[in-house]
Amino acid sequence: MAPSAGPVSGSRSLLSRLREGDEIARIITFLFAASVVLITLLLVYDLWQDSVLPRHKFGFHFFVTSVWDPIFDQFGALPFIYGTLVTAGVSLLLAVPLGLGAAIFLAELAPARVSDTLEFFIDLLAAVPSVIYGLLGVFIVVPLMREYIQPGLKKTLGFLPLFSGPGYGVGFLTAGIVLAIMVIPYIISVSREVLLSVPRDQREAALGLGATRWESTWRVVVPFARTGIMGSIFLALARALGETMAVTMVIGNTPTISASLFSPGYSIAAVIANEFTEATGDLYLQSLIELGLVLFLLTFILNGLARILIIVTSQRGSGVGHA
Amino acid sequence: MKRISKGLLLVAFALTAVVWAKGALSINGAGATFPYPMYSKWFDEYHKKNPDLQINYQSIGSGGGIKQVTEGTVDFGATDGPMNDDQLKAYQEKHGFGILHFPTVLGADVPTYNIPGVTAELNFTQDAVAGIFLGKITKWNDPAITGANKGVSLPANDIVVVHRSDGSGTSYIWTDYLSKVSEEWKNKVGKGTSVNWPVGLGGKGNEGVAGLIKQTPNSFGYVELIYAIQNNMPYGRVRNSSGSFIKADLASVTEAAAGASKTMPDDFRVSITDAPGKKAYPISSFTWLLIPEKFSEPAKRDAIKGFVKWMLGDGQSYAEALSYSRLPKEVATKEVKALDKVQ
Repeated sequence: MAPSAGPVSGSRSLLSRLREGDEIARIITFLFAASVVLITLLLVYDLWQDSVLPRHKFGFHFFVTSVWDPIFDQFGALPFIYGTLVTAGVSLLLAVPLGLGAAIFLAELAPARVSDTLEFFIDLLAAVPSVIYGLLGVFIVVPLMREYIQPGLKKTLGFLPLFSGPGYGVGFLTAGIVLAIMVIPYIISVSREVLLSVPRDQREAALGLGATRWESTWRVVVPFARTGIMGSIFLALARALGETMAVTMVIGNTPTISASLFSPGYSIAAVIANEFTEATGDLYLQSLIELGLVLFLLTFILNGLARILIIVTSQRGSGVGHA
Repeated sequence: MKRISKGLLLVAFALTAVVWAKGALSINGAGATFPYPMYSKWFDEYHKKNPDLQINYQSIGSGGGIKQVTEGTVDFGATDGPMNDDQLKAYQEKHGFGILHFPTVLGADVPTYNIPGVTAELNFTQDAVAGIFLGKITKWNDPAITGANKGVSLPANDIVVVHRSDGSGTSYIWTDYLSKVSEEWKNKVGKGTSVNWPVGLGGKGNEGVAGLIKQTPNSFGYVELIYAIQNNMPYGRVRNSSGSFIKADLASVTEAAAGASKTMPDDFRVSITDAPGKKAYPISSFTWLLIPEKFSEPAKRDAIKGFVKWMLGDGQSYAEALSYSRLPKEVATKEVKALDKVQ
């Protein structure tokens, strides 16, 4: 930061000096930017290097088998991959409508003072450590789930395999709900900013054409801000995929693949945190490291898909706009 | 300001120099989390007696302790489960000499449960504990449980099994016990700090397991004795190898160690689960310090030997205040002799 600020605040009398400063700033900031790429590459390299044993021993089977047995040295990642995707999926299903709705209210409908005050609390929520959300999950969400929500869902929607089986309180659904509570502030905060930055004339033009306020919001402002809103959702997804502490406290920590959301499960981040410290034996330890690699790949793939989605939809969006 | 901070710096330097001159020795260890409160108390007390010696201990887990002492990054390790033959061989190959186990205190696991309407202290047979954890006994009114609890009316509800999700010495003791009392457990699951649990929910740490049990009706699980005592948790009696139902407490755990001490191997790598003895509590275990046979620095060697000797003698008196069971005399005496092997 300091070198790039230098030329601006310093004397501007010498053109050459300024040029020199520019050059230095360019190189230094380039190095900063490059370090991000470098760290990512190093991370992948390290994870790859340190997971040689399971990669050779299990190969592709690591991804498709579901036995995780440190005693008999059998390691399969499927239940953990499943649990990670299911909990992240459930959390987004709940958080996106809620978060987006709240963001629209705050940006478009609420008086500025209300909007700013609420924004302060939302930012506060985003900064709460995840272990606190875990405790909230353990002491409030889990008992609520067991006593009311799970029996209620079973009575009304119990014919669906999603809501069958015994309800212990902990499990995929509970983890998804706690994750949703954690990621909603991200979606609201970023989406609100994006919605607020939509140019005023867009709204005025829509209203001028006779649209109602809601029509202008839903048909013009939200589509205009679509890319940014998607960005907020992917930020939320990234957090949901990698969340460790809160998930392990409410997911039940049992590697299962079950259609029922009531079933206890396990996620990649949770199993690494749980077992890493006591992992004796190289194959065991390296299998946990390979799980880390899998989580990295998962995030990478989902992020890639997200980018493609954004590109595709924004092209279509602009096409419609021109027509 | 500048002058003051310079002055402070000088004083700090001088102090450091004095400490160095006095030859303060610092020894580093790492490993098991279960005995950490005991060890930090001991290292603290020993430091008061020997201000020149500072022993640092990091409770990173038994697996980490074994790994770090094998790699030589710490002076000694600590573990809740003894090193296996492969690990000992790996150590020997790397260093050219062996590593010794020294039992320090004892711990135990207790079965705990939450059955609405049942306040009685339940009795558990070996078959009941193993059957529940194998997923074969699924209801509280199974004859295997009710048979040992005459007069207690147990409901026909499904048992919710709770185990530790994090790798831990507590799970090691529990699975070691199950492997001894159930052939099927031994062959299908085995013993270790983490295993492939046939049934049940996982809770992180003793507090995670305790939380799940408190919240979930009809649950059954295990926690460390110390945790149960400190948190006033109700827990059941377990039938030992001589057929009596024993409630875990500091004395019955020491009794288990005494029963095993007659057959104590010279390397102290012994499991005392299901130990003989009328009053012995069957789900007990030693926890060990791992000390290399050879030290390159004589000062460190003497310091560690001095500490272990003190720990086996006067140090044991601190155990009960922290709810650890002390070592039986015979074991401590045998360990003092074994200290001669450290050179």
